[in-house]
Formats: sequence, C-alpha cells, structure tokens
Amino acid sequence: MKKTYRIEVDCVNCANKMEEAAKKTSGVKGAIVNFMTQKMIVEFDDGREPATVMQSVLKNCKKVEDDCEIFL
Amino acid sequence: MNKKQKKMLFRIVLAAALMVVFALLPIGDVLRFVLFLIPYLVIGYDILLKAWKGIRNKQVFDENFLMSVATIGAMFIAVTQSGDYVEAIAVMLFYQIGELFQNYAIGKSRKNISELMDIRPDYANVELDGKLEQVDPEEVCVGTTIIVQPGEKIPIDGIVTEGTSSLNTSALTGESLPRDVKIGDEIISGCINMTGVLKIQTTKEFGESTVSKILDLVENASSRKSKSEDFISKFAKVYTPAVCYSALALAVIPSLFSMLILQVPANASQWLYRALSFLVASCPCALVVSIPLSFFAGIGGASKEGILVKGSNYLEALSKTGCVVFDKTGTLTQGVFEVSAIHHNVLSEETLIEYAALAESASSHPISKSLKRAYGREIDRSRVTDIQEISGNGIVAEVDGKEVAVGNNKLMKRLNISHIDCHSVGTIIHIAVDSKYVGHIVISDIIKATSEKAISALKSIGVKKTVMLTGDSEKVAQQVASSIGIDAVCSELLPGDKVSKVEELLTEKPPKSRLAFVGDGINDAPVLSRADIGIAMGAMGSDAAIEAADVVLMDDDPMKIAKAIKISRKCLGIVYQNIVFAISIKVMALILVALGVANMWIAIFADVGVMVLAVLNAIRALFVHTM
Repeated sequence: MKKTYRIEVDCVNCANKMEEAAKKTSGVKGAIVNFMTQKMIVEFDDGREPATVMQSVLKNCKKVEDDCEIFL
Repeated sequence: MNKKQKKMLFRIVLAAALMVVFALLPIGDVLRFVLFLIPYLVIGYDILLKAWKGIRNKQVFDENFLMSVATIGAMFIAVTQSGDYVEAIAVMLFYQIGELFQNYAIGKSRKNISELMDIRPDYANVELDGKLEQVDPEEVCVGTTIIVQPGEKIPIDGIVTEGTSSLNTSALTGESLPRDVKIGDEIISGCINMTGVLKIQTTKEFGESTVSKILDLVENASSRKSKSEDFISKFAKVYTPAVCYSALALAVIPSLFSMLILQVPANASQWLYRALSFLVASCPCALVVSIPLSFFAGIGGASKEGILVKGSNYLEALSKTGCVVFDKTGTLTQGVFEVSAIHHNVLSEETLIEYAALAESASSHPISKSLKRAYGREIDRSRVTDIQEISGNGIVAEVDGKEVAVGNNKLMKRLNISHIDCHSVGTIIHIAVDSKYVGHIVISDIIKATSEKAISALKSIGVKKTVMLTGDSEKVAQQVASSIGIDAVCSELLPGDKVSKVEELLTEKPPKSRLAFVGDGINDAPVLSRADIGIAMGAMGSDAAIEAADVVLMDDDPMKIAKAIKISRKCLGIVYQNIVFAISIKVMALILVALGVANMWIAIFADVGVMVLAVLNAIRALFVHTM
C-alpha cells in the first residue's frame, strides 16, 4: 500500500536524508521524498498499519534532520 | 520570506547589533564573557542544540557539529587568552546568513516551479437535481457529465457534450496559444477552461486521467538519483569525519611534536586556533546543498518548458546523448494520414474506398481512420464479418459475403495475388476482392513543420547519429528521411523488429554515449524502455507512453528533443562547475588555514562565500526558456 504525506523540509539535501531514514524504517518497503512538491510517498510492507509505521518514520526523520515535519 | 526566515533575520540583526555594541564597551573580563555569551547564544542556540541532538542520535559529523566545535573552541581561546569574542560570534553569524540566504533562494525557486506544476484539480462540478455540486474528482465515475466553468481546471479526461471554449494548455504543454474546443472533442485534464461553460462526459476515472499520470510522474521524479548525487552523498559521508580527524591531528600533533621531540614549549593555542579555523573552512555545505539543488532546478526548468524528466539520472544520461532514434509516424510526421490518390481499375472509386473502409472498420490504426474519413459516410458494421488482422500486413474480412483483403504488398504476396506497384510516394493500400486485384489507395502522411529544423538542431549540438525506424515502405521512408536530413533509415519493420534494431544500435554506439529513442508512444512502449533514454512525445492521451518513457515531451514538437538535451547539458555543466569550484576552493582554504596563512575570518568567508556562489550558480539551471 502506498500513501502520500505532506512534509515540510527546507533543503534538498535534508530531503534526501529524510528519504534515507524513511527507507530504513521497519515496515517501509520504499519511500520517496519529493522536495519540489514537499511530499513523502511511502510504500508499506504488507500487513503493516501505516499509522504506526509512520510514527517511527517521523521519529527516524527527526533523528537525521531535526527541522523536518511530516503532517500525518 | 516565511515566518521561520523572518525570525532568523531578526536573530541575525539582533546578534550583530549586540556584538558591535559590546565590542565598543570598555568592560572587564568576567562581565565581558557573560555579555558576549548573549549574542553568541542568540545566533547559535539552534546550531548547538542540533549538534547535541546529532551526537545523541549517533549522527555526529554534520555541519552543525563542525560549527559548534569551532565556535565553542574560539570562545574558549577568547576566554583564556585573546579576549576576542567577536570571531566566534561572527563565524556563527556568517554561517547563519549563508543558511538564510540559501533557504530563501531555494524556497523561492521551489515555489516558482511548484506553482507552475500546480495542475491538481481540487474538485469537479456535477449536476445533481438541477444544482451544481462540487465533489472530489476521485469520486466521479466514468461516463458522468461534469461541468467546467470558465477559470476552472478540467479535472478529468472526457469528451465535450455541450458548449465551446478555448483551453489554456500551458501547464501541460508549455504552449501559450489557447486551444479551441467544441462538441465532440476529446479534452484532457489539467488544462484550464478560459471562455465558455463546458459540459464534459468523462471517459476515464480520475486516477487514470492525464493529470493524475503527470502528477505521479512529477512527484516520483526524485526517486532516481544521478551518479553525481550519489558521489556527493558518498563523498560527504567520508569527508566530514576525515576533516574532523584532520583538525584533531592539527590541534594535537604539532604541539606534541615540539614538546616531545624538539623539547621546546609548544604554542598549543595557536595550533588549536588553526584547527578550529580548519573546521570552519571545511564545511561541505556548498556541495551537499548545491548539487541536488542544480538537478532540482534543471528538472524544474525543463518541466516549465513542457519537458518532464523522470529523474536526475535521466537528465544525466540525456546530456550524453550521442544517437537519437526516431519512430517515424507521429514523431517526425503528423501521423494524420490523408488519402491522396485512388488508383482503381475494375471498380469505381467509391466502391473501392467503401470496401477498404468497411474491412478496416474495427481497426484504430491511423491508416484505418484515414480510410474511414475518406469514405465519409456512416459505416454499417453488420455488413462486415470474420475480420482477421494480420499484424504488419493488413486485414482480411468478409464484406457483403465477399472476401476482401486490404493491406500492403506483403499481404498481396502472402495471398498470392499479383498486384501493381504504385509510382506515387506514400503508403500504398492494395485491395483485392475474392482474390482478385482491384486497385490501390495511396495514403500519405505530412511531415511536421519543425522536423527538419529539429534534426539539424540535434546535429548542431553534437548528436552524432540520427536514425529513423518505421514500419512503412522503403520508398516512403527514404522520401521522408531525405527531406528532413536524417542519417539512416530502417523501413518495413514489424513492431518487434524495432526493439531488435534498437538493441543492435545500442551495441554499435561508443560506450560512453547514450542512445535516445523518440516515439509517440503508440506501440512503442517496449522500445521506449529498452533504449538508454526513452522519450515519449505528445503525452496527452497515451498513458502507456508516460509509464514506459524516461522523458515525456508534453507537446509533439520534435524541436523539444534538442532543447531537452541542451537543458540537461546546462544542468550537468553547472553540477561539474560547482563540484570543481567548491572542492578546489575548500582544498585551498584548508591548506592556507593549516599553514597559518589564513585566519578564521577567511575560513568563514571561504565557507559561506562558496556556498552562496554555488547556490546562485545552481539556480541558473532553472532559466532555460531562451535555449
């Protein structure tokens, strides 16, 4: 399952960092952060609840880039 | 400026003012330290906080860490020896000014691009019990009649059932001329209705509509990273720890060396100062910020021109294009066939075309469409039975109980019917009724007005080879090729042959150059994905092409191919300039600082200055309109 989230991130490199962090989160099959449209598209592993996975995605993103925001 | 940026600007001004005032005050040691701590914290508290969080999250080596260590170190030297607090504050100050500038510039260009690509319709108007109701486009079923008022975006693909208007297609095509539509016209979502009220019967769901396909493409574009970006992120991972350890070595080794080996008292604070300046100068921001920004600006600039690139790796590949392979129909020619001659011998002209149109009634091939157009009357499908389509040859069908064969000379040969070759240039459709040859119809396609210019433009920018592939006859192919100046032609290809032909060309080309295939997307999907770069033209309408291609040209002007290559080269040029410029200035500054020639002021200018210049240079990639 794929879901799109609105994000707020200030620099292109920070967006890349967020993407890396989101990809490494358990339950995430793939993630794309689009700086231009300020969106994060997350594909979840089968049977995982997006809401709970996104909590850890947000936590991991905050770790690498304190200034980012994901609107869940 | 947004709220965050305004706040930062305020902090910069406040810290600078406090710093200047305190520097002018004649005050004693302890009070001086406390006073100067105020502007330092005003300007740098977030950096210190981020560095601390970074350490706690085991993401130690980043620019916040570099800046924090350098400025805390400088404060330490000021307290113990020099009393010069200004330096530490100034480093933070300039660093923040650079960040603010970069932030502002990026935000501005991002907004520029995203506004242009803002084609997502928010609602669709549906008539319910005589009243207009706004609904989510995703909830509209196929076949629903929607109403689009002037000034609104067309939310879903469909056919006009009522009204006339002109459409602004600039968001999709980059074309500023409005397009007129009337009843019966197919229209695509994403255009803006300008003058009249339109009633549209939807032919697709929102998710399958052009606008969704394009948004998908744009939103997924950043997923494919170029080699340069990979290089920079790998580089940064090695570089930052490396400079930190070098700085540590610079602080410790010379002092130890002079104390233990030379047995003289070491000037430890001088080496510490150099090490801190070294840290300031080393910040890799210029690279990590400007390289992704250049690609982002390049892709953004291109999309503004109606050229959608699916990822920065394709932009990179496009800049190395050495060979461009074209599909003929719909790419170099308009793909609108006209019946230009009817050569009959036994039947009348009308009967001949009637037979042809009836036999081809089930086909949607452009040639069939032109036959049906030339026939001009309603087709009674009940007269046609037993239709067999022979791919690459033609059609055999029963019309009014007679066996009618309509197709090229291959079909005639296959059916063992002797036929007369035509002297005119064009696609020749032979017709046989009950295995007897009855004549042929000549259909010709019109070459696009800009095809010739497009080929010469490609050659002038250094594309070595241009090839045209077509399923059409040798004669037509040669005539088109020679009139537009293409290098090589492969004609009479079946759809599958195109893939093997492209594979052949891929092995022939020099290893570093890339092969681009340009097609209109109809039947081209396998070739588009096989080529190094698949370029689909006239995306409006063919979703298979949008999916298979790496680059989508929103209109069908072949001139855009040369433009796309030029844009990619400009972007890649900027990327290389920034890599070379930033790294060489960094290396120079690091050497000067280590030798003690440059102080911390020069180090911070080297850092922020390079970043500002690199960002400005990167934004240049956005301006491609005049290319």
